[in-house]
Amino acid sequence: MTLRVRTLFGACAICALSTAATADNIVIATVNNGDMIRMQGMTDDFTAKTGHTVEWVTLEENVLRQRVTTDITTKGGAFDIMTIGMYETPIWGKNGWLVPLDDLSAEYDVGDILPAMSGGLSYDGTLYAAPFYGESSMIMYRTDLMEKAGLSMPEAPTWTFIREAAAAMTDRGNEINGICLRGKAGWGEGGAFITAMSNSFGARWFDEDWNAQFDTQPWADTLNFFVGMMNESGPAGYATNGFNENLSLFQQGKCGMWIDATVAASFVTNPNDSTVADKVGFALAPDNGLGKRSNWLWAWALAIPAGSQKVDAAKQFIEWATSTGYIELVASKEGWANVPPGARTSLYENPNYKDVPFAMMTLESILSADPNNPTVDPVPYVGIQFAAIPEFAGIATEVSQEFSAVYAGQQTVEEALAKAQTLANDAMEAAGYK
Amino acid sequence: MARSVTSQRKTINTVAAWTVGLLIFFPILWTILTSFKTEADAIASPPKFLFFAWTLENYAIVQERSDYMRFLWNSVIIAGGSTLLGIIIAVPAAWSMAFVPSKRTKDILMWMLSTKMLPAVGVLYPIYLMFIKLGLLDTRIGLVIVLMLINLPIIVWMLYTYFKEIPGEILEAARMDGAGLREEILYVLTPMALPGIASTVLLNVILAWNEAFWTLNLTAAKAAPLTAFIASYSSPEGLFYAKLSAASTMAIAPILILGWFSQKQLVRGLTFGAVK
Repeated sequence: MTLRVRTLFGACAICALSTAATADNIVIATVNNGDMIRMQGMTDDFTAKTGHTVEWVTLEENVLRQRVTTDITTKGGAFDIMTIGMYETPIWGKNGWLVPLDDLSAEYDVGDILPAMSGGLSYDGTLYAAPFYGESSMIMYRTDLMEKAGLSMPEAPTWTFIREAAAAMTDRGNEINGICLRGKAGWGEGGAFITAMSNSFGARWFDEDWNAQFDTQPWADTLNFFVGMMNESGPAGYATNGFNENLSLFQQGKCGMWIDATVAASFVTNPNDSTVADKVGFALAPDNGLGKRSNWLWAWALAIPAGSQKVDAAKQFIEWATSTGYIELVASKEGWANVPPGARTSLYENPNYKDVPFAMMTLESILSADPNNPTVDPVPYVGIQFAAIPEFAGIATEVSQEFSAVYAGQQTVEEALAKAQTLANDAMEAAGYK
Repeated sequence: MARSVTSQRKTINTVAAWTVGLLIFFPILWTILTSFKTEADAIASPPKFLFFAWTLENYAIVQERSDYMRFLWNSVIIAGGSTLLGIIIAVPAAWSMAFVPSKRTKDILMWMLSTKMLPAVGVLYPIYLMFIKLGLLDTRIGLVIVLMLINLPIIVWMLYTYFKEIPGEILEAARMDGAGLREEILYVLTPMALPGIASTVLLNVILAWNEAFWTLNLTAAKAAPLTAFIASYSSPEGLFYAKLSAASTMAIAPILILGWFSQKQLVRGLTFGAVK
């Protein structure tokens, strides 16, 4: 064996050893959403490129939230990457529980992330989580029923129009409800919807001194309007309907309109699951002429907990999963309609993606949401369908329970708002805000 | 006349028993049926009971997406291990409480039972921190210990009840024949209380198999049992009921089969005293 060949073998062996030495196994906690499941199926591509292997812990959203919160607050180190949302990211970033993503590579192109997304996933100007997919909310409606009612959906309708259209589309005899909306208790279910809706009515959760605002007229207007419209045109038992229940109703042709997460557009237009796939139109979430629409903003994002021992490998994964390369990988294997939406500007400049029926409405909805100025009057918090403070989830869950009791006919709007006012003020006082 | 009344009552009893049985079993039956539907059929309204396009697609997808055998093996180890360890500790404890009671035995028994009334989440953080410190997070041995401790009050209580029905004179006779404490428990008490011990074991295997709070909160990728396997198919943003049902059916199948084959022993242990 010549010296050159031996040197070559030696170099190869060193390379192999160094790859083996740097190859890590990372554990990722995630939710069971369609885009996340698709990502799990693409993991081989990441392993082939980096040598790192991945173990997935997939949990239901609420279980995941509890599980990762326990781990991150105790620095347990059970996970190297966590799937979290816009609510947790700024709070956890502020507490130093997340690794800052301020040194991502130039090829990754951080500037391509939609500003609304990067803003919501940052604290004090530093990005703490990279958006895997983003969403807002919009109107999904039945074009055939709208036409039958002799109406035409504007691109940016008002609540007054929506209520009239819902009444006109309702056909109880044929089990068609004019409008389906979330009424289920929970800050991320009915609580998220009514909060986003209240923004368009000029309501807010707290004034600038953290005083609860449920005793103001805009909140009474919001709830009275919602209850009146749902009693006229909503499905029976809407007090317990969340995303999945309304999705099921819409897919079976039992809703004229549905205002919910933009991510639902791919479900309702999928002919394998939806009986109305070819009869769905989209419009911006309604407003009330006060300058704020009733759409929200959310992102499922990937973050690295401060307790992780494999930060470099975790960062490589995040760069891979939230890159334009990943989007192209999914498009090549499953089509453009299935790529993770709402995270990158370049996706909406891609001519292939522009052909997807709901793509541009999703972008417009995301762009019209401003988490830094969510309400008509000024507020001391960031967030549209939530206030990014640790106490919010607990308070909002209780408030939404009171609201759901109104939807179920168990108490009046006035009673629910009075209870919400008291419990929100008590909680804020106990937490030291006042 | 008396005969016809008896047979009429028998018929009523049989019909009532079958109705109650079917009502109790219906959620499981519905889960199994849904697992063979498409996602569209799973949410169909009105619901489709038997007349739908039967498919094994959900099982294929679940098999492809998840390492079922790893979850199953973890469940077997955790449920079996925690029950075995619990029995080893509970038999001597129940023996001492049943045959050598002190003034405080009743209080101790009540105190043990009262620990079951504490909401689990109340001690989540202390236990989580201990697990981190001891390196037990996401390990099967950690879960074996925790589930054993959680179920120990029930095991001790059940065994205590069975042991109380065994006449102390029998053990006394064994002692007079020269049996030591170990022989007394192993060769006299245990065989006599076997039906009771068997039903205790079966009940605790079922409890440990179904435990979902600690098994979800103290595991990640390595030690997760079938409860985590089911949780991975639940989603508030997407209709995956058919896949969730397939995963649930696969998770409950082993314990359902075990329960089916051992129902005679289970019922006997739960309804009869040790020496009756």
